[in-house]
Amino acid sequence: MIKLDAKIPSGPIQDKWTNHKFNMKLVNPANKRKYDIIVVGTGLAGASAAASLGELGYNVKVFTFHDSARRAHSIAAQGGINAAKNYRNDGDSVYRLFYDTVKGGDFRAREANVYRLAEVSDNIIDQCVAQGVPFAREYGGLLDNRSFGGALVSRTFYAKGQTGQQLLLGAYSAMNRQVANGTVKLYARREMLDLVVVDGVAKGIVCRNLLTGEIEKYSGHAVILATGGYSNVFFLSTNAMNCNTTAIWRAHKRGAAFANPCYTQIHPTCLPVHGEGQSKLPLMSESLRNDGRIWVSKNKNDMRAPNDIPEEERDYYLERKYPTYGNLSPRDISSRAAKEAFDDRRGVQGKEAVYLDFRDAIKRLGENVIRERYGNLFEMYGTITGENPYKTPMLIYPAPHYTMGGLWVDYNLMSTIPGLFIAGEANFSDHGANRLGASALMQGLADGYFVLPYTIGNYLAGDKPTLVKTDHEEFNKIKKGIEDQTSKLLSIKGKRTVDDIHKELGRYMWNKVGMARNEKGLKEVIGEIKELRNEFWKNVNVVGNSNDVNQCLERAGRLADYLELGELLAVDSLHRNESCGGHFRVEYQTEEGEALRNDDEFTYVAAWEFKEVGKWELNKEPLEFENVHLATRSYK
Amino acid sequence: MAEKKLNLTLKIWRQAGPNFVGNFAEYKLAVSPDSSILEMLDDLNNDLENKNLEPVAFESDCREGICGTCGLVINGQPHGPIPKIATCQLHMRHFNDGDTIWIEPFRAKAFPIIKDLMVDRSAFDRIQETGGFISVNTGSVPDGNAIPISKDIASEAMDSATCIGCGACVAACKNASAMLFVSAKVSQFALLPQGQPERYQRVQAMVKKMDELGFGSCSNTYACEAECPKGISVKNIARMNRDYFMAKVKTENVES
Repeated sequence: MIKLDAKIPSGPIQDKWTNHKFNMKLVNPANKRKYDIIVVGTGLAGASAAASLGELGYNVKVFTFHDSARRAHSIAAQGGINAAKNYRNDGDSVYRLFYDTVKGGDFRAREANVYRLAEVSDNIIDQCVAQGVPFAREYGGLLDNRSFGGALVSRTFYAKGQTGQQLLLGAYSAMNRQVANGTVKLYARREMLDLVVVDGVAKGIVCRNLLTGEIEKYSGHAVILATGGYSNVFFLSTNAMNCNTTAIWRAHKRGAAFANPCYTQIHPTCLPVHGEGQSKLPLMSESLRNDGRIWVSKNKNDMRAPNDIPEEERDYYLERKYPTYGNLSPRDISSRAAKEAFDDRRGVQGKEAVYLDFRDAIKRLGENVIRERYGNLFEMYGTITGENPYKTPMLIYPAPHYTMGGLWVDYNLMSTIPGLFIAGEANFSDHGANRLGASALMQGLADGYFVLPYTIGNYLAGDKPTLVKTDHEEFNKIKKGIEDQTSKLLSIKGKRTVDDIHKELGRYMWNKVGMARNEKGLKEVIGEIKELRNEFWKNVNVVGNSNDVNQCLERAGRLADYLELGELLAVDSLHRNESCGGHFRVEYQTEEGEALRNDDEFTYVAAWEFKEVGKWELNKEPLEFENVHLATRSYK
Repeated sequence: MAEKKLNLTLKIWRQAGPNFVGNFAEYKLAVSPDSSILEMLDDLNNDLENKNLEPVAFESDCREGICGTCGLVINGQPHGPIPKIATCQLHMRHFNDGDTIWIEPFRAKAFPIIKDLMVDRSAFDRIQETGGFISVNTGSVPDGNAIPISKDIASEAMDSATCIGCGACVAACKNASAMLFVSAKVSQFALLPQGQPERYQRVQAMVKKMDELGFGSCSNTYACEAECPKGISVKNIARMNRDYFMAKVKTENVES
C-alpha cells in the first residue's frame, strides 16, 4: 500500500499557491549549479522546465528520442491556449477558468492543482509574447482570442492553426539559449528505457542511444519525466508515430503509482479511417467548431451526397441536444453523440463519419473570412482527402487524442517515488476525467515554466538528495536488465511483425475500451490482452541487431509496454462503476444517455500500484470539492 | 472501400551506415491511392519484416506536416511533386498505376546520411543555439498586451515563424545553402519589437554558425522557396542580407 499524500497547502484556494511558494525552501543561487537535474522529453512541459531550471542556474540534462528537441508532439497542437486574461471583457476570471476546468473534468480533478493552473495561465501568455511567439492580433495591435469547447467566454489565444508549434518553438528557443549558456546539455536520439531508484529515491535514468544502440547511464539529483500520453495504445490515434508510454510505464514498474488510466479523451473532430494501411488519424482542430456545424441525415442508411440532403432532413444533433453550448459542447459529449449517430445507422453513407459543415458560415461571413480563420486547416483537409471543404462538408469522426490519466503526482508534481517529478500530459493532475480544449498547452507550460522551477528547489533544499554515481550497482543491474530484454526481443524470431500485433491490440482497445465500455467487454478484453501479450513474447519478429539504428526494435520495446498498460486501462475502466468524462460505461447513464457519475463511491483518484505484470493494487486519494460543488454537468 | 490499388515500382536508396556505400534497391508493391507515401513505406517494411529482411530506415513523426521529421527526395524533388506539403502529406492518388518512384534521402554536406533515408540535421539546432531566441528569463516579462504589434507585422512574423525545420530548402539548393531556414528565424525576430535589442547581434551570430557548419552560399535560384512545404518566401533572405549589412554598418560585431 502506498501512502498517497497530495500535500495540498492549507488555506483558501486563492491563497494556496502564494503561501506555498513563500513556505518553500530555497536553494542558494551559488549552489544551484551543483545540482544535476534530468529532464526527459522536450515538448512544452519538458522544454519549458529545462529552460527555466537552466535560467535558475541548475545543471540540466535534457533527453529526447527525436533528432531535434523541436520535433516533440506538442508541435502538432493546433487550436490554442487558454488564459484567464479577460481581454474580451466577457466575464472571464481566474475563478471562472478554474470553475470551467473542474466542471469540464466532470469533478474528478484536484481542485488546488486546477486553481493554480488557472492562476498562472496569464503569466504563460506574457512569457510567450516576450519570447516572440507571433500570436494572432487585432487591428489595434492587441492579442486576439477565440472560443473553445466547454466555455462561454473567449479566452483562447492562438497563432493560426499552429499554436502548439509556435509555443513549442518559444520554449525550444528558451532552452537553446540555455544550451548556449552551458546550463542545459541536450542529449538527442536517446530513448529512456528505465528509471534508476536507489533506496526508494529516483537517482537517474538508463537510455538507449538510438544511433549506436549503446545503453547509457545518467545520474541526477532529481528526475523529471515530461514524456506525454499513451493514446497510441489504440494504435490509431491523433498522436505522432513515436509517442509512447515507455518512460512513464517503466517508472511505474519501479514504483510510481499510475492514476486514472481509464480517463482517455476521444477527440470528436478527427479524420475518419480510410483503410487497413492507415497509420494515424489526423486531428482537425476543435476551433473549427466555432463556425462549423455538425450534422448527419435524419434518415437511417442515407446514401445521398451531402449537398443533396435538404435542410429539413439534416439533424444538427449537437445544437438539438445541447442548445446552450451547441457545436461547442465539450469533447467527451460531442464524441459520444457522434457515436450514437453512427450506431443509429445515420453515419455519413453508412461510414463511421459525420459532417462538419461550413456552408452557413461561408454564406454569413464570406469565403475569405473563413479562409483567414482556418485556411491552413482547410488546406490540410484537402491534401489528405482530395476534397474541397469550401464546397462540400468535411467528414469527421472521433479518435483517441489525449490521456488525462498518467503518473500520480502530489501538489508539487512529485510522483510516489521521491525525486521523480512528472509534468505535462504524462501526469494525471489537472484535467480530471475530461480535458477542455486549449488546456493541454496551458498545463504543459504551467508545469514547466511556473511550477517545477519552485517545487524542484523545495525538494533539493528540503530533502538534500545526494548524487549516486553511474557505476553504482543499481545502475549496472538496470543496464543489464535492458540489455537482456533487447537480446530477448531480438531472439524470438517469430512470425508476426510488431505493427501487426500493435494493430490487433488497437482493435481490442478501440472496440472494448473506447468510447463506450461495459463490464462484459472489459472482462473479455483483459483476457484478450493477456493472451496477446503472451503471443508477442512468443511470436514477434524483431529484425536487425542491437548495435545499430533499429526502428523495429524501438517499436517492439514500446509495444511491450503498451501490452501491459492496455490491461491496466481495462482494469481501471472495469473497477470504475460509473460514467464520467472520457470514461463512459454503458451501464451507468441517464435516460437521455448522459454520463451518470456515482459521487458517493467514486469521488477519488484511482492510483494503481504495480505488483507484477498483470497485477496491481488500488490506492485511493479522496477528492474534496470545497469550492466548486459537485453537480451534474449540464451543457443543455 | 473496395478500391483499385496502384501497382508501383519503387527505387529506394539503401545505405547501411554513414561509412557505407549506398545504392538503389528495387521493390514492387500495390498500394491504396488513399494511403500516404509513408504509409506505403510502412506496408513495404511490414512485408520486409515478414521476410526477415531489414526494413527501410526512414523518419517520420506527426504525419500531419508540422513536426518536420520526415523528408524524402521523391522523383528528384524534396517532399515530392506536389507543392507546399511535407512528405507525410503526399498521397498516392497523385501517382498512376505502373509508375516507378525514386526515393532518396535529403542530400547535403551538412546533413550526413545516418542510414538508408535517415539524415543528420542537427546542424540546424546548432544554428538556433547561437541566436535563435530572445533573451528573456521566465517570469521577468511585462503583460502580453503591453507591447501592441500591428496585425500585419504579427502576420508577417507568423509567416516566417511557420518554418518546420525539415531541411527541404537545403536539399533543394544546388549549393546546399541554409539561407531560407536561417533567414526565416532571423526575420521573425527582426519584424517583432521584442526582437529588436538583439537584432544585429543575432543575424551575425547565426550566419557565422551557418557558414562554419558547411552550408553553401545563396545564388538566388529560389529552389528553396519552391520546395518549402510551408511556402516560406525568399523575401526573408533579402531581409536577412539587409540586416547583415546593417550590422556591419552599426559595427555591433559578434566576432570573438
